[in-house]
Amino acid sequence: MRGRWQRVETDVLVVGGGSAGCMAAIKVKDADPSLDVTVMEKGALRSGGAIAMGMDALNIVAIPGVSTPEEYVESMTKVCEGVLDQRLCYKMAEGSFDILKELESWGVGFPRDEKGEYEVFKVHPKGRFLVPMDAPDLKRVLAREVRSRGVSVIERTMATSLLAENRTVVGATGLNVRSGEFLVCSAKATILTTGAAGRFGLPSTGYLFGTYEFPGNAGDGYSMAYRAGAELAGFEYTFVMFRIKDYNGPLWYITLPRGGQMVNALGEVLSTIDQKGDYPGIPVFKAWRELREGRGPIYLKLTHLPEERIQEIEGVLFGTERPTLERFLEGRDTDLRRDLLEVEFSEPNVCSGHGITGLVIDEEARTSLNGLYAAGDVAVVPFQHLTGAFVFGAIAGRNAAEYASEAERPIIPEEKVRKEEKRVFDPLRREEGLNPSECEYKIRRTINEYIAPPKTGTKLEIALSRIERFRRDVGMLKARDYHELGRVLEVPCILDCAEMSARASLKRDESRWGIAHYRLDFPERDDENWMKHLLIKRDLETGEMVLYTRPVELKWRFA
Amino acid sequence: MPVKVDPELCNGCGDCVEVCPVDALRLDEEGRPYMKYDECWYCGCCEEECPTKALKMLIPYLVA
Repeated sequence: MRGRWQRVETDVLVVGGGSAGCMAAIKVKDADPSLDVTVMEKGALRSGGAIAMGMDALNIVAIPGVSTPEEYVESMTKVCEGVLDQRLCYKMAEGSFDILKELESWGVGFPRDEKGEYEVFKVHPKGRFLVPMDAPDLKRVLAREVRSRGVSVIERTMATSLLAENRTVVGATGLNVRSGEFLVCSAKATILTTGAAGRFGLPSTGYLFGTYEFPGNAGDGYSMAYRAGAELAGFEYTFVMFRIKDYNGPLWYITLPRGGQMVNALGEVLSTIDQKGDYPGIPVFKAWRELREGRGPIYLKLTHLPEERIQEIEGVLFGTERPTLERFLEGRDTDLRRDLLEVEFSEPNVCSGHGITGLVIDEEARTSLNGLYAAGDVAVVPFQHLTGAFVFGAIAGRNAAEYASEAERPIIPEEKVRKEEKRVFDPLRREEGLNPSECEYKIRRTINEYIAPPKTGTKLEIALSRIERFRRDVGMLKARDYHELGRVLEVPCILDCAEMSARASLKRDESRWGIAHYRLDFPERDDENWMKHLLIKRDLETGEMVLYTRPVELKWRFA
Repeated sequence: MPVKVDPELCNGCGDCVEVCPVDALRLDEEGRPYMKYDECWYCGCCEEECPTKALKMLIPYLVA
């Protein structure tokens, strides 16, 4: 059993039609309308990616006269505890206001005060960067802009591998998860915008798709890039979000600046907020200790606030980003006027939008492979949120356009394509085999138990030996239809991310970034030995995972 | 279960199926949507997309 082959030749291939991918496709066309651009999207263009529908803010905008790119670099240097590529943060902040203006020109609203100034909130240690956005249909706006430029969009098609020869990417293979078509796409330049590893740790509900990050992404991009030999970084940063128990959605940035409090089971307030309404950060580590020492659960408390303030908070919480929160609270008979809202640590994640994990890129969005650009949650720009997806999506688009206009039509490595076709369709040919959701559940439970922070060397070694066993299970997975085949193909992606995370966590024998890389056996930060990036790549000769370090270069130094 | 459909209002257009970012929905033999794959992120796109307001998205049982 196998699908038909479809061959596509394009100038620029964009893998993943989320926020970064849409912006990249738009900017290729804006740079050179004669170029042929193809977007390969696992879901549907109008809803695919982390935002699905809309978003309530552009989290980082350096508005001239309000905040500067230097202040943003200072904030990020602090947040990343010195381990970052400052040039990427600077570049992102520098390009952020142009993105806001461009979104405005597409009809996206940004609320202004009576003087015509943009609303801006402070959520960073230095400067004010968070700009509220009135964009409940942002994804649809992006999809419209892509289509209006004559971009070819291939939907319900997941990329299964990057095609590379001599460290040069020449396209990708894909599977249509409805029709079973096997896509072989040759491209002069490829832009990888596949998002984070949404399905990585297992949520406490046990529901595979109830994740904090978008569950349509299973780390496919990290895994494909790794298999092609690209350089990745930051996999030891396994962050856990402190979020509404059982529900995934934004919380603290919306409630704390408006007077909400984080309290423990004794009613003691854990969060503080100063009189100017400045936002001092979420005391995640403190909360973790409270739970560990038996003073949990932890709650968000709004019951002390006046009715109009509660309505304002509900307006934002139930508004654009995760509108189904209202229905969730109704179902639990929870009224924020009357009830405390229990919060808990989410499953662990790897991502760059909310973390520091991803493909290494330079300021021009170039990866370590020729012809391959990356942007959004799959690329290493730290804590970039939506802004980074747009700024680096745009940079990747412009540079890929230039690269493609000078490149020749590449030759597809046919032998690799045949091998990939076999790998992709084998799970449909098995008479008997493992169920992918059970295998996925088991792998993700192992991630929670042995890779999630707080970490120890012993636990991480156990994780690695379990991962080795799971590699055998992958060869026994069986799919009953094309949709399930897609899920089968995601399992090794989750496994690759787990292995990168376990190895990187083991190698960095210090603690850094609060709870995200807290090693109980190495509880102190070790600046003498670890002011370094921890990089990963696959040795293409031996197939081994190789880890190595590179010293951090700080262009800006702050007190 | 996570989608509840009013058969009086549903016109069987399938917009909900086409918008689902994780492709969890399909139309049944009568042309009404149902959740074929239990993989809902409760984003609400299907309900928002429905032109006749026939579909209500329910939070998955394990999460609700």
